[in-house]
Amino acid sequence: MAEPHLSGSSLHPAQQGEKTDTLVQVEDVRKHFPIQSGFFANLVNRGHIPAVKAVDGVSFSIQRGEVFGLAGESGSGKSTVGRLVLGLLAPTSGRVIFDGVDLNGLEPEELRRLRSRMQIVFQDPQASLNPRMTVGEAISHPVRIHITQEPKKIKDLVCEILEKVGLAPAEQFYDKYPHQISGGQRQRVVIARALVTTPDLVVADEPIAMADVSVRALLLDLMMSLREELNLTYLFITHDLATAKYVCDRIAVMYLGKMCEVGPLADVYEHALHPYTRALLEAVPVPDPRHRRKESMPAGEIPSAINPPSGCRFHPRCPIARLPHCSVEEPQLRELKPGHFVACHYAEDFL
Amino acid sequence: MPEDLLFSVKDLTVEYRTRAGTLRAVDNVSLDIRRGEILGLVGESGCGKSTLGKALMRLHSGPARISSGELWFDGRDLMKLSENEMPDIRGAEIGMVFQDPMTSLNPVQRILDHLTETVQTHEPATSDAAARARAEELVERLGIRRERLSEYPHQMSGGMRQRVMISLALALRAKLVIADEPTTSLDVIVEAKFLDLLKELRDEFGLTILLITHNIGVVAEVADRVAVMYAAKMAEVGEVHEVFADPKHPYTQGLLKAVPNIRLGETELYKMEGAPPNLLQPPTGCRFNPRCPYVMDVCRRIEPAFEPVASGHLASCWLYQEAPLGQEQSHG
Repeated sequence: MAEPHLSGSSLHPAQQGEKTDTLVQVEDVRKHFPIQSGFFANLVNRGHIPAVKAVDGVSFSIQRGEVFGLAGESGSGKSTVGRLVLGLLAPTSGRVIFDGVDLNGLEPEELRRLRSRMQIVFQDPQASLNPRMTVGEAISHPVRIHITQEPKKIKDLVCEILEKVGLAPAEQFYDKYPHQISGGQRQRVVIARALVTTPDLVVADEPIAMADVSVRALLLDLMMSLREELNLTYLFITHDLATAKYVCDRIAVMYLGKMCEVGPLADVYEHALHPYTRALLEAVPVPDPRHRRKESMPAGEIPSAINPPSGCRFHPRCPIARLPHCSVEEPQLRELKPGHFVACHYAEDFL
Repeated sequence: MPEDLLFSVKDLTVEYRTRAGTLRAVDNVSLDIRRGEILGLVGESGCGKSTLGKALMRLHSGPARISSGELWFDGRDLMKLSENEMPDIRGAEIGMVFQDPMTSLNPVQRILDHLTETVQTHEPATSDAAARARAEELVERLGIRRERLSEYPHQMSGGMRQRVMISLALALRAKLVIADEPTTSLDVIVEAKFLDLLKELRDEFGLTILLITHNIGVVAEVADRVAVMYAAKMAEVGEVHEVFADPKHPYTQGLLKAVPNIRLGETELYKMEGAPPNLLQPPTGCRFNPRCPYVMDVCRRIEPAFEPVASGHLASCWLYQEAPLGQEQSHG
C-alpha cells in the first residue's frame, strides 16, 4: 500500500526491470492550457501567454487491481488528470508511466496499440455512443481496430461481453440503436465497449452521475464484479464522495490543480487531515434527516485556475489558515500516517 | 381550504400527446403544500415530478395538457383563471428556479436589468431608482456584492447564478417558490451553501418552497415533509423524519436503501431490480407491482388508494389497506 507519491522521487521500480504492482505512475505532471488572446494583448504581455493551470504538479501511482478514486469539485483538474493518464493529452511537464512505459516518448502508432490496454467510460452514455450505430457495431469497432477483422470472431467477442455486462440475451441488444434502450443499458453498452479489448486500466470519469438512484447501484455493482472477473484496475473520477465510498480502495482529493490529500479510503473518510477534504466530506448531503449538517461551509468559491492563490491554494477559504505562512509557502504532500499523505502545514491539528 | 395550506393539488392529471399515443405524466395526483414549509418532491427520471411542478403554475404548452384536476392556491382555483390572469400569478406570487440557471437567464442582459424588469413588469408604478434599490438590497441579502449587478450571467459562477434566480423570485415577494433540481448542477460545497440559504429564506421571509429533486440526501438535509412519486402517481407523503425512519411504500423503502450514504458503515448498496414502467402502457393495479418484493394478488388487479397510514402520513399500498371483499390476501 505504502509507496512514494512524493514529487521528486524519480526512482520507480519499473526502471529496475522488475514486474511490479504499480500499473500507473504519475510524476509531477502539469497541464497548462494557454488562453487565446488577441494580437494586441500578446504585444502587451510580451509573449507571456496566460494559462489555465488545470493540473499543476500532481504525483500519484495506481496499483494493479485497485480502484483509485480521484475526487474534487468542478475545475479541480480531476478529469484532466484522467486524460493525461490515458495519453489523450500530453502533459506540459512531468511524466505518465503506464506499466513501465513512459507515454511521452511513444510514437503515435505505439500509443495507439497501447490504448487497447487502457479505456475510458464517460459520464453521458448518450453522448458517448453514435446514434446511428447499433450496439453491436459500436462494440465491434474497438475489436476490429485492436483484435481481429474476422466477422465471426468479432460477433462472438461482442456477444460475450454483452452478456458479461448484463445485456442478455446478447442477440436482443445487438441490433438495437442507442435510443431504443434505457439510460442504464446504454451505460452498460459503453462499459462493454471499453472492456471488449480486455484492458488493464479503465478510467471511469463520473460513470454513474447521470443515472437514477436505483440504476446507480446496479451499475456500480456491475463495475465491481467485472473488476474481479477481468482483473481490472480503475481510476474512478467523481465529484460524489458518497458513491466513491462504495468502490474505491484509495482516494485522492484535488483542489485547483493540486492534490491535497491521498490515502486509504477508510482512513481519509474517518480521519481527513486536510481542511478542504473535511469541508468536502461535510458538505455531502446525508440521506438521513437525523444527521443534518451543522458545520458552516468554507467562504467563497473555487478561485480561478489562471491566477491561483499564492502559497496554499486553499488558504483564502481555509478555516485554519495562519497568515502569512499559508499564503507564502506552498505545502508539499507529506506522509503523516502510513500511506496517508496530506498537503497542509497544519494538518497535525487533525491528528 | 384550511388556513395552513398554501397550495392544494386535487386529482391532477397531465397528459402528453405523443405519436405513440397519449400518456399521463401525472396521473390523478393530490398534494398539499403547507405555508412556510419546505416540501421535498422526489422520484426518478420520468416519474412526473417536474411535470407536476410546472403544472402548479399551468406552465404547459405544446403536447402537454392538464386534463383534469384543481389547483387551489391561496384560496383560488388556478384552473378557473383565464390565461390572461396567469401572468399575475407566475413570477409574482409563485416563483420558479430551474436546474440550469444559465439557460434561465438572458445571456445579453445584465443581472440588474433582470431584476428591475421583473419588478417593473409586475408593478409598473415602481420607479427605476426604487426598483434598483430593491434589487441591491436583495442581492446583498443573498450574498452577492451590489457592484456585481452590472455583470452579465456568464461572469458569475453557477452558485451565484442560482442565487440570482432566487432573487428574481423574491423580488416580488413570491409566496411559493418551486425549485426544480436547483442544486443538481452545483458542486457539493456550493450546494450545501445554497441549501443553507433556502432554509434562511424560509425562516426570514416565511417563504414556502417546493423542492423537486432526485437527490434524496438534499431532501433529508432541508425538507420538512417529503413526497415520493413513482410512475406518474404519488406513492407516499409524510413528515421527513417519519418517512425516512419508517418508509411505508415498498418503493420508498427500496429508494432509501439504494442511496449512497457517506456516514453508514455498510459497503454494499441495495439493488432495486427492474426499471420504472413505460407510461404508455402502465401495469394494471399498483404500478410498482412488477418490482415489488411484497407483491400480492390484489396488487396486480386493483390500484390502491392514496390513504393515511399514520397521522399525516399517506401511502398508496395494499399492505396497509383492506382489500375489497372477496379478494384473498395471500402473499405471493
